[in-house]
Amino acid sequence: MDLDFNQEEQAFREEVRAFLRDKLPADMRQRAHLGDHSKIKEDITNWQKILNKQGWGAPAWPAEFGGTGWGKVEQFIFETECALADAPAQLAFGVKMVAPVIMRFGSPEQQQRILPRILAAEDWWCQGYSEPGSGSDLASLKTKAELDGDHYVVNGQKVWNTLGQFADWIFCLVRTDSSGKPQRGISFLLIDMKTPGISVRPTRLLDGGYEVNEIWFDNVRVPIANRIGDENAGWTYAKYLLGHERTNIAGIGVNQRELRRLKQMAAATERNGRPLIEDAVFATRIVQTELELKALEITNLRVIFAEERNHAPGPEASILKIRGTEIMQRITELQVEVLGARALIMESPNRDLGEDVPRATAAYLNQRKLTIFGGSNEIQRNIIAQMILQV
Amino acid sequence: MDFSINDEQQMLLDTTQRFLTSEYGFEQRHKLLESESGWSPAIWSQLADLGLLAVDIAEADGGIGAGPVGVMLVSQAIGHGLVLEPFLSSAIIATQAVTQIGSDAQRAQWLPSLASGESIAVLAHDEDKAGLDFSRIKTRATRSDAGWTISGGKSVVYHAPMANLYLVSARVDDGSLGLFAINADSAGVTRHALRTVDGQRAADLEFDNVLLDADARLGNDVSESLAAVTDAGIAALCAEAFGVLDRILKATIEYSRSRKQFGVPIGSFQALQHRMADMLIQFEQARSMMQLATARCRDADAQSRRAAISGAKVLIGQAARYVGQQAVQLHGGMGMTDELDVSHCFKRLLAFELRMGTTDEHLAICRSNLQAA
Ligand SMILES: Cc1cc2nc3c(=O)[nH]c(=O)nc-3n(C[C@H](O)[C@H](O)[C@H](O)COP(=O)(O)OP(=O)(O)OC[C@H]3O[C@@H](n4cnc5c(N)ncnc54)[C@H](O)[C@@H]3O)c2cc1C
Repeated sequence: MDLDFNQEEQAFREEVRAFLRDKLPADMRQRAHLGDHSKIKEDITNWQKILNKQGWGAPAWPAEFGGTGWGKVEQFIFETECALADAPAQLAFGVKMVAPVIMRFGSPEQQQRILPRILAAEDWWCQGYSEPGSGSDLASLKTKAELDGDHYVVNGQKVWNTLGQFADWIFCLVRTDSSGKPQRGISFLLIDMKTPGISVRPTRLLDGGYEVNEIWFDNVRVPIANRIGDENAGWTYAKYLLGHERTNIAGIGVNQRELRRLKQMAAATERNGRPLIEDAVFATRIVQTELELKALEITNLRVIFAEERNHAPGPEASILKIRGTEIMQRITELQVEVLGARALIMESPNRDLGEDVPRATAAYLNQRKLTIFGGSNEIQRNIIAQMILQV
Repeated sequence: MDFSINDEQQMLLDTTQRFLTSEYGFEQRHKLLESESGWSPAIWSQLADLGLLAVDIAEADGGIGAGPVGVMLVSQAIGHGLVLEPFLSSAIIATQAVTQIGSDAQRAQWLPSLASGESIAVLAHDEDKAGLDFSRIKTRATRSDAGWTISGGKSVVYHAPMANLYLVSARVDDGSLGLFAINADSAGVTRHALRTVDGQRAADLEFDNVLLDADARLGNDVSESLAAVTDAGIAALCAEAFGVLDRILKATIEYSRSRKQFGVPIGSFQALQHRMADMLIQFEQARSMMQLATARCRDADAQSRRAAISGAKVLIGQAARYVGQQAVQLHGGMGMTDELDVSHCFKRLLAFELRMGTTDEHLAICRSNLQAA
């Protein structure tokens, strides 16, 4: 047993670090650091182009599709280093979600048409799964697609579409059969957002931000050629996708970054005449969180190790999701606690309030989403109970 | 022992609730939240007409004199309504400061206009880094021939943007802690407007050689009396938070009955039932601590008063965090939107944790009182 990265892996990490030092633009890094989303579209797009130029546009794709062909350890190192360097996160919906499905189940025509555009940041993808009545119980979805010649006619409503306001394309689960078991009548469609009949409305979140949308489909005509795989087999593809959404599900890198920031904040903040990091009560909370994160990092590496040896992604991902999101939420709480009453401030025009006001409070509010989306933590616990405990 | 409230107190609660239910619905409040000033002078004068701005003014001073229990009940309703107007700041805290610390002349000068709502006063006491420790107050008051000169700064003063009068604590040359009345439009006052996480309006205040008349000082050394005032304020703030807890808990229970997934109400899942049971437990513990704080908040014995107040602030703060977070969680994506009660309650509860001494600061006070037996 050896818990350290081997020499090649360490060399790879150095290579990634050097790349990030040289190629990550300072203003982009600064915006990511400050949680400034004002240029999120440009930053994600431009960063994807920079990565692609390096040949690193798709860390998890096989080389035949233009990916890096990296193993999971390299992917882990890459993701972690990017987060630690304050790089913008890649847009998951294209590179990490729809692409693996297209590679596995799409036609050669779809693969050639779509994948290169994802790599080159030419298309912005969003995810259209959830509906007003179908969240945790996704299989109950109602958005209907009916055949009419060589098109489907789609009617219905999707909700919570992250960054859908910029989307060129949306991948949707739609109902193509209502007769049998709900899971059996779902198809996987790729829909051009410019098609007539689509309307997008912003949903304002509790932090005042605008990152999710409602999307309506009113007689939207979608070519059959934009269906992935077989009709009524969409649930299988969706489940496959879920398995692939999880390599970085624990968010080790972003957790480490925010923990580092927490410690810096606590060291720079005076409480009762001393740096807060020297306060036994507060230091204990930080250390507790740090230990949890250390354990999770190793758990994550264990899962990766097992997956590399050809175990398909399994229910262990639920452990990573639950702990990773809870740790992140804890860190945001602690950052707010460092600021104390100054964390009350959400807005004060034309003033320099430092890096952390109101960033930390906004993050605390916004990160509540982590335990809700991507399969809520309650659903993840159900999965653990059913699949691992088998009780 | 008697946990009941009398008819008069019940009426006060009913009046406040009825008014807010009819005039302060989600949409009405939302408009205020989004407006430039962030509050409604019309609502304010209606609160005055109902006598609510005089609940904490003694009958002898022309008020209702509803006492701590009356204040608790009205504050609960104000919290439940997520009211943005400066009720707590002006009608409770500043009013208590004038009542407890002001001279007869000062009371006669200010209390009537505070009760009628014409004046809005706020206590400007908190400073960045001072925490609850009065000895760390850095704002200075210097005696001059004409009166006083004030210099310093105050941090996140709730409702300062709408106030015309600031009651400012400052360290005096002789080492005492003084309290000074400063008109908001005085020369040398700078107001940096803030919007707080719960959508209320506040300001960081700067005083740069603000000149005051000799009679601008309230009382002498206010180290003790100001602690009594802030303790009364914290008790009322706790009651406000309890009102918010009440609203968010009920909303969550209601949501869990109506929201269906997998063909059944999500409230039928035992995992969520247990969560809501835990929320209820915290809520009831919070109620008890609110009542303790109310019962003790006017105690002359500063030590036992502070123990109750800090204890309440800690436990209600912890309840605020747990109940608030779980309420959002149980609402799923809907909990994240700006469009339902739940996120607004959640943010108000976060503000509670941070205002008038954070949970940690009050916990430190409880810790310093710990005895072996
Ligand atoms: C910020 C944000 C971004 C999102 N982005 C996207 C996106 O891009 N695309 C997309 O399709 N969707 C997206 N989602 C939607 C997300 O996947 C759903 O919110 C999630 O599936 C939960 O569904 P729901 O909101 O309907 O909550 P519900 O399913 O109604 O759940 C409400 C509560 O009940 C609990 N619950 C439900 N079932 C059970 C059970 N069986 N046992 C115990 N507890 C249960 C839940 O855990 C939750 O606490 C996003 C959501 C958010 C908040």
